[in-house]
Amino acid sequence: MCLAIPALVERLTSGDNAIVNLAGVRKEISLALVDQVEPGDYVIVHVGFALQKLDPDEAEKTLLLFDEMSNQIDENTQSTK
Amino acid sequence: MKYIDAFRDGTLARKIAHNIAVEADPRREYSLMEFCGGHTHAISRYGIVDLLPDNIHMIHGPGCPVCVLPMGKLENMIQLAQTPGLILCSYGDMLRVPAAGGNSLLKIKAQGCDIRMIYSSADVLKIAQLNPQRQVVFLAIGFETTTPPTAVIIKQAQALGLTNFTVFCNHVLTPSAISHILQSPEIRQLGLVQLDGFIGPAHVSTVIGSEPYRYFAEEFQKPVVIAGFEPLDVMQAILMLIRQLNAGRADVENEFTRAVLPDGNLKAQLLVAEVFELRRSFEWRGLGLVPYSALRIKSGFADFDAEQRFDIPVLSIADNKACECGAILRGVKHPRDCKIFGTACTPENPIGSCMVSSEGACAAYYRYGRFREPRPGNTVTKN
Ligand code: SF4
Repeated sequence: MCLAIPALVERLTSGDNAIVNLAGVRKEISLALVDQVEPGDYVIVHVGFALQKLDPDEAEKTLLLFDEMSNQIDENTQSTK
Repeated sequence: MKYIDAFRDGTLARKIAHNIAVEADPRREYSLMEFCGGHTHAISRYGIVDLLPDNIHMIHGPGCPVCVLPMGKLENMIQLAQTPGLILCSYGDMLRVPAAGGNSLLKIKAQGCDIRMIYSSADVLKIAQLNPQRQVVFLAIGFETTTPPTAVIIKQAQALGLTNFTVFCNHVLTPSAISHILQSPEIRQLGLVQLDGFIGPAHVSTVIGSEPYRYFAEEFQKPVVIAGFEPLDVMQAILMLIRQLNAGRADVENEFTRAVLPDGNLKAQLLVAEVFELRRSFEWRGLGLVPYSALRIKSGFADFDAEQRFDIPVLSIADNKACECGAILRGVKHPRDCKIFGTACTPENPIGSCMVSSEGACAAYYRYGRFREPRPGNTVTKN
């Protein structure tokens, strides 16, 4: 029930709803719990409702973090060799 | 797919695994609980345990919505569904959970009860509007993620003036369950399970934010790292927990910054506060009665409360004797400790609730973990 993936908002529809694309599957979901969502945004969807907007900058930072820290370790391990 | 593939990258996974192996202190053990069933699923599905050193132990928590509903509540649902003319709407996972006497919602549906599986809680309102002559009850279950959608539909039902729609509210709260586990006498006195830190839930935290966890970090001196659902998120969170534990810190950290803000989703929280209030106590499977751990519908919305409209008695029914779900949900046992795991109890024929939903520890372990070779020196018995 909790399993979910980020969904791309494709188009706003009536009644505070939107059509989203969930890895190729299109679904109409409710935007009643979030503010200022535009087509092109990614949202976290749960039981048919967007719970939160995904922050692309933070996503980028997290990915960099995975890599940066590894590089640091690589350097550390190399320098101690 | 954007925001998915990058967080499942194998090369990066090996790098994080390398960091974990380098930083984990071989002289100590690390017992980390992933509270949320979504993480349990990800850990099993991506074989994350295989990438960890042997002294890091992942303990599954009770964060699976259908797993934690006790037998008494299931019996309530079964009785409710048998009310003549009533339509019961439920999320799919709930239907297969075994109830007393070998019953389940699915079985009584086959016998003719009108039980509808819904994807979104919004579907229930449509069903109620299409069937004005019939009572439509929504089985509301789940943690802080499913509660705001339930609040939305209750308010919509009020705006629409629906008189045939009610909610059987079984929404539960994450922070109280974590506190209860940390305070459980079984865990404290017998020392059956060591808990050094927590991986905080992904979606629950998008709603409640990271602040509510500060209490455990301070009160119990346990670090919490909120993590997303992808395998790299979980691994990074494990690394962050190890760093905290090595440094003797117990802070709340957030790995899932792309979706979790410190205060969470305030709009959702306000809606929940408007429609629901705390129950003094609520029974959980495995945890027993947990104070202030669940929500009920406020009196202002009593017209939409199934507990007000129907006779729903408080029932306490023991679990199947062979089933270890209770101990598994408390983190003191593992699915492989259950004698009937994978034999009498399988996802096709579940005996306990943990074998039903993909977030349940037994189901996750059955699907992805049961054929794994035992680690050398771990469980191999010579004879
Ligand atoms: S394997 Fe089945 S019976 Fe055993 S603990 Fe898990 S759900 Fe219960």
